[in-house]
Amino acid sequence: MSTIVSLPDQSTATLPKVSYLNKEYGLKSWLLTGDHKRIAVLYMISITFFFFIGGAMAALIRLELLTPTTDLLAADTYNKVFTAHGLIMVFLFLVPSVPATIGNFLIPIMVGAKDLAFPKINLLSWYLYIAAGIMMICVLVFGGVDTGWTFTTPLSTHYLNTNVVTAGLAVFVAGFSSIFTGLNFIVTIHRMRAPGMTWFRLPLFVWSHYAASILMVLGTPVLAITLVLVVLERTIGIGVFDPSKGGDPLLFQHLFWFYSHPAVYIMILPGMGVISEVISTFSRKRVFGYTAVAFSSVAIAVFGFFVWAHHMFIMGISNYSALVFSLLTMLVAVPSAIKIFNWSATLYKGSITFETPMLYAFGFLGLFTIGGLTGVFLGSLGMDIHLTETYFIVAHFHFVMVGGMLMAYLSGVHFWWPKITGRMYPEGVSKLAAVITFVGFILTFFPQFILGYLGMPRRYAAYPPEFQVLNVFSSAGASVLGVGYLLPLLYLTWSLKYGKIAGANPWQATGLEWQIQSPPLTENFAETPIVTHEAYDYEWLANKTRNEVQTVG
Amino acid sequence: MDSQSVAAQTVETGHIEHEHPPFLRHHFENVAQQREAATFGMWLFLLTEIMFFGGLFCAYLIFRNWYYPAFVAGSHSLHIWAGTLNTTLLIISSFTMAMAVHAAETRVRRSLMGWMIVTIILGCGFLCVKAYEWHDEWVEHHVPGLNFNPATLEHGTKAYPDDTLAPDMAQKTSVYFSLYFAMTGMHALHMIIGVSLLTILLIGAYKGKYVDGHVAPIENFGLYWHFVDIVWIFLFPLLYLISRHQ
Repeated sequence: MSTIVSLPDQSTATLPKVSYLNKEYGLKSWLLTGDHKRIAVLYMISITFFFFIGGAMAALIRLELLTPTTDLLAADTYNKVFTAHGLIMVFLFLVPSVPATIGNFLIPIMVGAKDLAFPKINLLSWYLYIAAGIMMICVLVFGGVDTGWTFTTPLSTHYLNTNVVTAGLAVFVAGFSSIFTGLNFIVTIHRMRAPGMTWFRLPLFVWSHYAASILMVLGTPVLAITLVLVVLERTIGIGVFDPSKGGDPLLFQHLFWFYSHPAVYIMILPGMGVISEVISTFSRKRVFGYTAVAFSSVAIAVFGFFVWAHHMFIMGISNYSALVFSLLTMLVAVPSAIKIFNWSATLYKGSITFETPMLYAFGFLGLFTIGGLTGVFLGSLGMDIHLTETYFIVAHFHFVMVGGMLMAYLSGVHFWWPKITGRMYPEGVSKLAAVITFVGFILTFFPQFILGYLGMPRRYAAYPPEFQVLNVFSSAGASVLGVGYLLPLLYLTWSLKYGKIAGANPWQATGLEWQIQSPPLTENFAETPIVTHEAYDYEWLANKTRNEVQTVG
Repeated sequence: MDSQSVAAQTVETGHIEHEHPPFLRHHFENVAQQREAATFGMWLFLLTEIMFFGGLFCAYLIFRNWYYPAFVAGSHSLHIWAGTLNTTLLIISSFTMAMAVHAAETRVRRSLMGWMIVTIILGCGFLCVKAYEWHDEWVEHHVPGLNFNPATLEHGTKAYPDDTLAPDMAQKTSVYFSLYFAMTGMHALHMIIGVSLLTILLIGAYKGKYVDGHVAPIENFGLYWHFVDIVWIFLFPLLYLISRHQ
């Protein structure tokens, strides 16, 4: 099979003498760093840790659901386990996954800057994340919380005797970590672009992060104040959401989903940015309809703010508003579809190669499309009444978030791994991991669509025996999926020492980040770059390479 | 260019350009870019603050529509003189803060410190009046969840004897006071943070900072202070001035 990978001669190649990784040594140089690349690495280690804790919770859930009865976990323990899985995966993994790691590493380099606009705030954001993580671990150690990740009132304020306050505050703190990341990105993209780097020369990765940052900055504070009110209601007993005092639990739902629906776009948009870069690089073509893809990110962000009540169709909201929200929900499918169509059109007559990042990207395309289309099912009022609160929702959400976002994250990690570490991952085993992940994923979550359609409700530890066959499929798939996630952890760690030296541009990609050494210098660029070409201009790259060869020759 | 030569070049050239002022951070091209970035960042942060308070204002809007008589009665039980005094204090403090920014721009250290001290005093004055009011509401059993007694609001007050409420509507005054404490509490928290930051800036000013052209910290703090002030300008009529003309 053809490949575009071009590595330097391994017998003579060495890692650069000075890079961001070895400029300073010692724990302090990492924990007090202002360098966006080091903070990205700190974030990457932390979110991997929480991903595997959340994954362990998922394993427990699937083990319990292997049989129809509650034999492994008692019902209340099961509630705590799926709550922990949701809280950790949503707030400590998915929200920061691509932006805080790959985005943090790349945004300044892609716009041609030396760092993010506010390095100290960037570091503060990581510390807030860690504080939230510690609080979440405290919640788990001191008996867990069983509200579900949605903190539904009055369940969370009146009827439970678990660590709701600590969990709420943990999410509050994690929220501020994400606000600071988003704020930093927006200011950097506006104010720190290199000469010649116009808005429409920005890689689509930057556009999608810009859109996600708008959501982070405008949505997260609403979640913050909502959680403050929940905590106040639980601790001193004010009455904003409490119906017995005249408050309204539905108001909580409105405020919570005003953030938490846009939050799924916070999670998916940066992943879409990764896919744009990967698809373009491995089909050697400019992304088809660059402007449309760029604006579709912004459109998703804007529409994303006006669809929240589709989570509340069965909660007794007015029929007229349900109608409007249903319509708006379907409108979000338009910019999402624009992206899918344009990526497919990019492949058309491209020179496609199948390296690992591309395999993950293909996984994303298929799984996200299924996840997105089932979202349209759920957005239509009649279907929603039947399907909501069943496993159909669970499958839909996981297709978008795990099949979409996690695939995109792994695609990005593999794609930029040579830039981050200076070394290649082992190609053979990583292709195997990509395939295992895809197969395991389908096996885990596709049966859940059927289960949901047949009426199996979510969030129960026990179920009628006739659902067992599909649940066994799902649990078996989960174990395959587990292998698919453990493999990268192992071989990526291995590659830190034994991987091949990657050189500056192993993929022959056009982005600014590929024109500098791997791993980069602390200040990214030896001198401020002047941008004279469009994004994804492979002709420019070919000319540049030819000129360099001539100069050297 | 291979990586070694790039690295070597950086070691040589990385720290040559030291003609720039000491407060210019290395990742910015020039002072203008740094100042623009800081101000833009501050405006964005204020946008998040608007959304933060926005959740509360949204709740207020809904409940005021539902429980208007309870909101009128609750509002009438507040001390209008205290609210007016606090509004005056904050407006004056916004003026003094603007003067502090002006003093930093014109690089007069003594006047900068003077205006900052006046602003801190006015901010503390606001907090004292607020604390007095909260104490008063505690005494009158108006704190929801802790010692709330709706019966105290069923029969109107001395100034507004017509404010009689049916017992179930009197219950709803608890929503008014929940929002009152949440909103003024969040606002007071922002005031406390503001006064603390201003004290830190004052120490910096004492050491001679901010009058060498590096105005951004003072300027951006000014934006924050005015924002907190504006939030109060909305809170005052919404909480204190409901139907005062009766």
